[in-house]
Amino acid sequence: MPTELLLGGVLVAALVLYALFGGADFGGGVWDLLASGPRQAKQRELIARALGPVWEVNHVWLILAVVILFSAFPRAFAALSVALHVPLTLLLLGIVFRGTAFTFRTYDARADRVQRRWGLVFSGASVLSPAVLGLCVGAMAGGELGGGERGLFSGWLSPFALAVGVFALCLFAFLAAVYLTAETSEPALQEDFRRRALGAGVAVFVAALGVLVLARGGAPRVWEGLTTSSYALVLHAATAVVAVLAFGLLLTRRFAWARVAAAAQVGLIVAGWAASQYPYLVVPDLTLQSAAASPVAQRVLLMALAVGAALIFPSLLLLFRVFRAPPRTS
Amino acid sequence: MDLLYARAQMGLSLAFHILFAAAGIALPLLMVLSDLKAWRTRDADYTALSVKLAKGTAILFAVGAVSGTVLSFELGLLWPGFMGTWGEVIGLPFALEGTAFFTEAVFLGIYLYGRDRISPGLHLFSGVMVALSGAASAFFVTLVNTFMNDPVGFTLTATGPVDVDPVAAMFSPGWVHQTTHTLVACYQASAFAMVGIHALVLLRHPGLTFHRKALSVALPLACLSALVQPLVGHQSAEHVARAQPVKLAAAEALFETQRGAPLSVGGLPDMETGTLRYALELPRGLSLLAFSDPNAEVKGLEEFPRDEWPPVTKVHLAFQVMVGAGGAMALLALVTLALRWRQGAWPEGRRMLGAWLVCGPLGAVAMEAGWLVTEWGRQPWILRGVMRTADAVTPVGALAVPFWTFTLVYLFLGVMVVFLLVRQVAGTVPHGREPHEVAHAH
Repeated sequence: MPTELLLGGVLVAALVLYALFGGADFGGGVWDLLASGPRQAKQRELIARALGPVWEVNHVWLILAVVILFSAFPRAFAALSVALHVPLTLLLLGIVFRGTAFTFRTYDARADRVQRRWGLVFSGASVLSPAVLGLCVGAMAGGELGGGERGLFSGWLSPFALAVGVFALCLFAFLAAVYLTAETSEPALQEDFRRRALGAGVAVFVAALGVLVLARGGAPRVWEGLTTSSYALVLHAATAVVAVLAFGLLLTRRFAWARVAAAAQVGLIVAGWAASQYPYLVVPDLTLQSAAASPVAQRVLLMALAVGAALIFPSLLLLFRVFRAPPRTS
Repeated sequence: MDLLYARAQMGLSLAFHILFAAAGIALPLLMVLSDLKAWRTRDADYTALSVKLAKGTAILFAVGAVSGTVLSFELGLLWPGFMGTWGEVIGLPFALEGTAFFTEAVFLGIYLYGRDRISPGLHLFSGVMVALSGAASAFFVTLVNTFMNDPVGFTLTATGPVDVDPVAAMFSPGWVHQTTHTLVACYQASAFAMVGIHALVLLRHPGLTFHRKALSVALPLACLSALVQPLVGHQSAEHVARAQPVKLAAAEALFETQRGAPLSVGGLPDMETGTLRYALELPRGLSLLAFSDPNAEVKGLEEFPRDEWPPVTKVHLAFQVMVGAGGAMALLALVTLALRWRQGAWPEGRRMLGAWLVCGPLGAVAMEAGWLVTEWGRQPWILRGVMRTADAVTPVGALAVPFWTFTLVYLFLGVMVVFLLVRQVAGTVPHGREPHEVAHAH
């Protein structure tokens, strides 16, 4: 397999993992914002408990993706950075406020009012970031980034990109709610998040329909990939199957399995996006091949990533093992 | 104008990030050292200290992590011309840094949240891993900067680099000096800050044993780093003298090439006349320091085209600040160690505590100044001799907007962090604001 294809695969894998873990963190922030009912405080507590040990780690997948992008496909990194300057800056602001607000809240929990204020910053940023992230993906897939004159807002502020932003927000909220059902053993709390997951699931479906409708005009390249390339079709069909499965498992309260199905759904969506866009990194200017670094640089990078993986994955397993222990209700 | 805003934004982001990165590297070491002391002495104060340090690390690491994320994006947002062409050449150290950062985040999670869940041995191991990964990530990221000062590992053509050798690029000449200089600076800045804080508490509340013990953990690292740093710095300067003579000339504001050049202390460069005013000159000092030969020839700025001069006044002043602060810290370390040797215990007199309080911020000051020397001193190049900063900047306009936005954000975060850390420390003082316990969510 050519090295650039391998590196492209690693890049997609990093993005999938970011969606599965970092995305769920964003979703947690959304539910923190929308916490309500008699167990409002308990819901927030559960979210904070689930996030605490791992949010920092979950966030690193994004950095990894950025590093792979600029080391392996430097021209694409440069082109995307120029075209998406404004939304990427917004994403950064979201990430900064989310991370710091979460930490500040955790370590400055003496006054409820102060804590609530940090909570608002945290959850507000958790809504902004995934929406902007989705918007960037939508703009990438839309294929109007390269060439032409470059305005600050043209190229990414399209109905299609906005729809993808909404879709990402719904998807991450759905994922987080499903995860959270399996993070607690308290039935009432499980029901809270089960209801939220079902609602978000419906929202995901509606948003996906919207994206699909807008794709024809807004992302012709993806639309074509969706409708003609056979492996993209297979991926999307698999996505539909696990989506229905996740919904069914939620309805029948099999939370542990619902979590697996929802994760598979999100992973397949990200992979499906990548597959429909292949071989383009920046539609229609740069392909995986034309943006790739020199072969030596690619090989060395792959080796470094292999070494990194050999260190990271055992450490991650340890982290999850330590915190897999049944959640302690305080 | 946009170039100026881009540089200002990058500079501000780095200046901000460096402080937190340094803390993320050194505080875990101090935290592990307190853990070890707690283990050996069975003294609960040391455990309490390591819990405090862990909380401080968590706060500072979080800010360091998000500001580091900002930086990784800003490489492209501000310098696409640079990253588009050179990303592949310097991607390797960034990838390794990412790995190190990853393990740091994982083990910090285990350390912070696992104190009651895992065995003491595994807990200590996690702390050690945090400290090691922190050092590794500083090491790798400094290699990128070394490359920018001294680009090697490729053949330059009109269309860009060919025959790229990422490993050679990663270990460009001078990597030993620059990485050591940076790492020691991180430990020094954090240890001095910690000693300063505890000295302040002890001056106001003498006799608090907790803070004396904290001093006994931080002082050895502070003294050691302060004494090692001038030696490392000297080696680094020797390398700069050969590899980047124009940077040395700017740092010393040496306008004319001279044999037996004097070492100038202080002074203000006069760009009109090309002289250094009001400086204290040590005859032949610069030749001796830079080339180990009192009669060696040192190249002055006149040797270089005017449009390749770094901003002389800024580089010179930053260099003087760094050397001055470093000298003061080394002196204080010597006095402290002498007293420790004579009295058999770390000195606790009010005068010494006052001195440590005053010198507390110097490590951070020296680190920022030293970083400015290396960055300003490389201008007008982003990649010395290969690519000018002006050719690397983004074509996107209106860069004033993100600059001011991030300036305000950093200002706000800085104030918040100080506020939170003050609360952490206040919690250890009797009759402080209120008895302190951080309410974890669990």
